Amino acid sequence: MARKVLIADDEQNIVISLEFLLKREGFEVLVAADGEAALQMIAEHHPDLVLLDVMMPKRNGYEVCQRMRERPDWRGIKIIMLSAKGRDVEVSKGVSLGADLYVTKPFSNAELVAQINALLAAA
Amino acid sequence: MKARVKFALWVAVLYVAALGAAAALGVVLGAGQPAEDREALLRMLAERAPALVFVAAFLLFVCIGAVKWLFARYVTAVRALAEQTRVVVEANQALRVSTEGAREVAEAAAAINRLAEAHHALRRDFEQRTRESGAQLGEERNRLAALMSELSEGVLVCNAEGRILLYNEQARALFGAGRGTAAAALVGLGRSVFTLVDRDQIAHAMEKLQTLVDAGELPPITRFVAATAAGRLLRVRAAPFVDSGGAAAGVVLALEDVTGLLGQEATRRKLLQALAADARAPVANIRAAAENLASFPDMATERRARFVDIVASESQVLTRTLNEALRDYADALKANLRLEDMRVLDLLGVARQRIEATLGVATRLVDVDEALWVRVDSFAFVQALAFLGARLRDDFGVRALSLSARSDGKLIELDLGWTGANVVNDALSAWESVPMQIGPEASPLSVRDVLDRHGGEVWVKAAGAGEASFRFLIPAAEVAPAPLRAPAAPTESRPEYYDFDLFRSSGTATAQQERKLVEITYTAFDTETTGLEPSAGDEIISIGAVRIVNGRMLKNEVFEQLVDPRRPLNRESTRIHGIEARALEGQPAIEQVLPLFHRFCEDTVLVGHNAAFDMRFLELKEASAGIRFAQPVLDTLLLSAAVHPAHQDHRLESIAERLGVRLIGRHTALGDALLTGEIFLKLIPLLAERGVITLRQALQASRETYYARLQY
Repeated sequence: MARKVLIADDEQNIVISLEFLLKREGFEVLVAADGEAALQMIAEHHPDLVLLDVMMPKRNGYEVCQRMRERPDWRGIKIIMLSAKGRDVEVSKGVSLGADLYVTKPFSNAELVAQINALLAAA
Repeated sequence: MKARVKFALWVAVLYVAALGAAAALGVVLGAGQPAEDREALLRMLAERAPALVFVAAFLLFVCIGAVKWLFARYVTAVRALAEQTRVVVEANQALRVSTEGAREVAEAAAAINRLAEAHHALRRDFEQRTRESGAQLGEERNRLAALMSELSEGVLVCNAEGRILLYNEQARALFGAGRGTAAAALVGLGRSVFTLVDRDQIAHAMEKLQTLVDAGELPPITRFVAATAAGRLLRVRAAPFVDSGGAAAGVVLALEDVTGLLGQEATRRKLLQALAADARAPVANIRAAAENLASFPDMATERRARFVDIVASESQVLTRTLNEALRDYADALKANLRLEDMRVLDLLGVARQRIEATLGVATRLVDVDEALWVRVDSFAFVQALAFLGARLRDDFGVRALSLSARSDGKLIELDLGWTGANVVNDALSAWESVPMQIGPEASPLSVRDVLDRHGGEVWVKAAGAGEASFRFLIPAAEVAPAPLRAPAAPTESRPEYYDFDLFRSSGTATAQQERKLVEITYTAFDTETTGLEPSAGDEIISIGAVRIVNGRMLKNEVFEQLVDPRRPLNRESTRIHGIEARALEGQPAIEQVLPLFHRFCEDTVLVGHNAAFDMRFLELKEASAGIRFAQPVLDTLLLSAAVHPAHQDHRLESIAERLGVRLIGRHTALGDALLTGEIFLKLIPLLAERGVITLRQALQASRETYYARLQY
């Protein structure tokens, strides 16, 4: 059975690339364009992993991350935060709030896929 | 008794006595004669009545003449003698009395002169000895002055109220810049340091110093960065000084211009942040699309076209971002960066004091690493901590807070912790973005602004068992500066170089009117004008002023400014003040000059000669310059008339001569201001002798003189 990945990002140009890439890698891909939509998608589809952009409308990535970690039944969902903010304090904040990985933009497609696979394999 | 009344009385007494004597003679002559002889005599007198009236009138003139002669030689001469003697005693020791009166009076004058000579000699001897004993002190002071002028740093020494006790030229130069003497003159003895450096910053530095002193730190020094009115950034090192009793008496500020330094740092930081935030996203988009294109050559044509399109459009976005970043921030020298290296322990110490004092919330330090240093705007950061503390107290009833700090080397984790209240990140997000308000104290900044300035972050961290904290993450100081441990100089030995005693009493809250003349700070001033009638369009063309502090005229704290009158000068006035129209071209207008002068004489009593005249010129310009001269004004003309009512001549030169003041630089505004100031200082003891001690009494005495009734 294909693993489900949710891409939560409001930037179309990165979503198109990620969606194409992950489908090619054999994942089932869901897309949400803001924080509220992301939480709704998670509740409906219960994905295995969420690619979470920090800067999003309605609820930012930090808030979505914290909400997710407050729900015990969502504990198993892996979170990779994607952000153009790459300072140490922001990385620490993301990890402290419960992200499994904080990836700074720009990133390598191949590495991202490898990291997704590694996280899902560890689960 | 008034001289005039006394004169009239003497004449009357003498005249009545002479007439009485004549009448008595008549009665005595007539008493022994037979009746017909008496009648013959009366008839004879009646026939000669006009001659008798003439004789009576002649007698009156003789009486007046005699009394006048006596008066001039004895009464007026003695009065003049008394007045001159007063001048000798109070103002001009070298003056000798003279008289045009009787020989007896001349003898008295000679005796007085001998006494004056003896007194003068005694005084000279006394002064000589005082000088000798003061020479060593003076030498030490000169050494200090030389030392201060050698320093590359500016130095300001203030008492606990923020009055400047001592400064050097470098400090003046740092706060000057731009407006010439007028702005630099704001650094002056007795002036408030708060007009130069933000009051809250100094108060904050004082708090910090108190914390260090209490902790026994030697030497107690704190640093901050302040912006000057002219836009310079000064790095300030502050150290407390103590009085002979060991109590904190004030603060020494060492100033260094770091405008360029911090400006560059700020620009660099902002540029990097802008690039990081704005360039990463488009690069990420391009990279993801390009890697897909490279990795999957078999993709459908439309999809390939879509990815190529992404690469093209995102490249343009990136180009724009780079150009904007370079344009916007290349010249951005913002003066809001006040980051300084500080020990975390000290920062939290100040924060605790602040939170306990303003919020009434108990605080404790838990687990703080003493070796941690942080790069921080301590004032803003403490404000942020106190603000969050206030919100916790008001919205969640939190009554006790803990503070802790640790580090992994690069970042400092600083926790503001509490127990019991369930505070979520949403609440924090809301508090973060509003301007900080703690009771009546409002800041334009939000917690988010403060964090951005520090490159920091904050979130809610739950620690279980109802314990939670705001976790602040801020960069550690790049180099933890080694605490200076200078050989501890005995603190008692420090203040003896300074002449601070004069300022000890300045804190008394006596109403200004009841303050003694000798204690008040004055601005002696003068103006030159195009003519004598301000209401007819005459204008000020020059203002000069000098400060008088504690009975001393500070000749290097002066205000001197020419003013463009925006009207032609007439020739007569140019003859008086010697200012040519050419010299006034390009000078500022009165509306620009008056606010500077107003600042120069802030908190002082104005002193002018015939001040009503100058004040009318100033008052006519108050509205257009947007200021008001509300302080009391003393007039040396009126005060001189109060001191020497017998003299008719109260022109500046005449008073100067009377009081032994040398005339120099007459008829320039500054020259006359200096002369007026010197005369005023000589008048103070003469006034005191007449019981005029306080400002209120001086104003009262001025009002009562004859000259005050004249209208200008």
